[in-house]
Amino acid sequence: MSTIEIAEAVDEKPVAPQARPASRAGLRLAGFLLPVILAVLWEILVRAGLANGRLMPPPSVVGKTLWQLAVSGELWTHAAATLWRVAAGFGIGAAVGTALGALTGALPLARGLLDPTLQALRAIPSIAWVPLFILWFGIFEASKVALIAVGVFFPVYLGVAAAILSIDRKIVEVGRVFRLGKLAMVRRVLLPAILPDWFTALRGGLGLGFMFVVAAEIMGASEGLGYLLVDGQQLGRPDTIIAAIIAFAVLGKFADGLLLALTRPFLAWQDTARDRL
Amino acid sequence: MLTFDQLSKTYADGTRALSGIDISVAAGEILALVGGSGCGKTTLLRLVAGLDRPSEGRILLDEAAITEPRADVGVIFQEPRLLPWLSVADNAGFGLSHLPAAERSRLVTGALARVGLAGYEARWPRELSGGQQQRVAIARALVTRPKLLLMDEPFSALDATTRASLHGHLLALWEESRPTVVMVTHDVEEAVKLADRIVVMQPRPGRIFDELDNPLTRPRDRLSPAFEATKREALRTLDRSLTDSEPRQHKAAESAGMWW
Repeated sequence: MSTIEIAEAVDEKPVAPQARPASRAGLRLAGFLLPVILAVLWEILVRAGLANGRLMPPPSVVGKTLWQLAVSGELWTHAAATLWRVAAGFGIGAAVGTALGALTGALPLARGLLDPTLQALRAIPSIAWVPLFILWFGIFEASKVALIAVGVFFPVYLGVAAAILSIDRKIVEVGRVFRLGKLAMVRRVLLPAILPDWFTALRGGLGLGFMFVVAAEIMGASEGLGYLLVDGQQLGRPDTIIAAIIAFAVLGKFADGLLLALTRPFLAWQDTARDRL
Repeated sequence: MLTFDQLSKTYADGTRALSGIDISVAAGEILALVGGSGCGKTTLLRLVAGLDRPSEGRILLDEAAITEPRADVGVIFQEPRLLPWLSVADNAGFGLSHLPAAERSRLVTGALARVGLAGYEARWPRELSGGQQQRVAIARALVTRPKLLLMDEPFSALDATTRASLHGHLLALWEESRPTVVMVTHDVEEAVKLADRIVVMQPRPGRIFDELDNPLTRPRDRLSPAFEATKREALRTLDRSLTDSEPRQHKAAESAGMWW
């Protein structure tokens, strides 16, 4: 075995630019500045009697409503109902979207047969399905879950199909040179290659899932955060509406963060600026 | 022994990339293919790798025709083509998945050490410089001990210092198992430095213009007069290939015919 000296010049390693932790945390906090200032300003204006807080209640009132909803347990019932619907719809939509996306991405025949129809269906605003879904699936859970599933399906389907079509031929050739069989090629090359795009598509789908759950619940529900919105409107209580909106935001952000945390370990290899986003 | 037997490649759009290629490469020989762009060097290499099929003719490696990628043929591409989701060690050991983990890790550690990357096993490809990535690719191709090694301008994207150092690594690795090597390059100095024989190709359609035996013995000193002379001869042949439209072999055949 021969030993070889390495020229120093060859060995330099690119150093990843990294912001100082302190300034990064500072930057993150800076994002809170604007909403906090606005909230405090509004609170002061209402308290001073300079503004009427009836249609746009000040933060203290919204906070109190939110607290009462939480203490009475109502908030958790509604949040759980909403979360369940999103989870069910997301599960179905993501599974079907991934399967069909993989099919049309991998097989030209399936693409020719299915893709035009799916693209045409995509052009329909998904809310337009609601009356039909209610006729088909009834007014209870099934129709809501179906609507959310449709909303989740399209971004996942498009993302997976596009990811498969854009797999780098050069990387696939490496697999061919090492004589990978069909299954090994999928497992060792194709699947890891589409993983980042698939996760991004799932995130997009989840976001849409939360949009559609609001639509589904506004159309008619007896529980859920969307029901709380309608309830607040009918009772003339904007503080309830805003409390529900805040709950939606927190829930959506939480679900997105959960998905991100679950997928991040699989993407440690990525050469992107993602962890700074 | 690697033999190209009247090899031609015509693409679906009618482009004739290669026509009537006849070369024999002895076992353990290093053959360099040089020529201007579009003369089918890369096409030829892809045919040998089994990534494309020839339109006519055959490629024989020890009497067996190559029609698809083979386990005993290693390929180093122009780019490193590492799989970004695998660590350096897993990339280098990509072709060894049939071996038990301990054996694989032993071979990989050895191969990485020989390209000067000991201790880099757990790194991601993104953490390496271009030259380091290409060295991982060299280790990946050689760790399986191929009988035939194909290289498609593997050092062309690197700076001169890195390139010279990689030439050293490559020759050292080649010395160990002496595989047959077919390399494509546009760098005549690289060809003179590494190859036993230099084949100059001509474009439209890709064909052999002339070939040149390298008289130099190893190790070769880039600064010696003999190296300089060989390099000059190779450059002259390459220049002629760019101005002459007729391959030399055909001319010889024609004049012979006229004499007769």
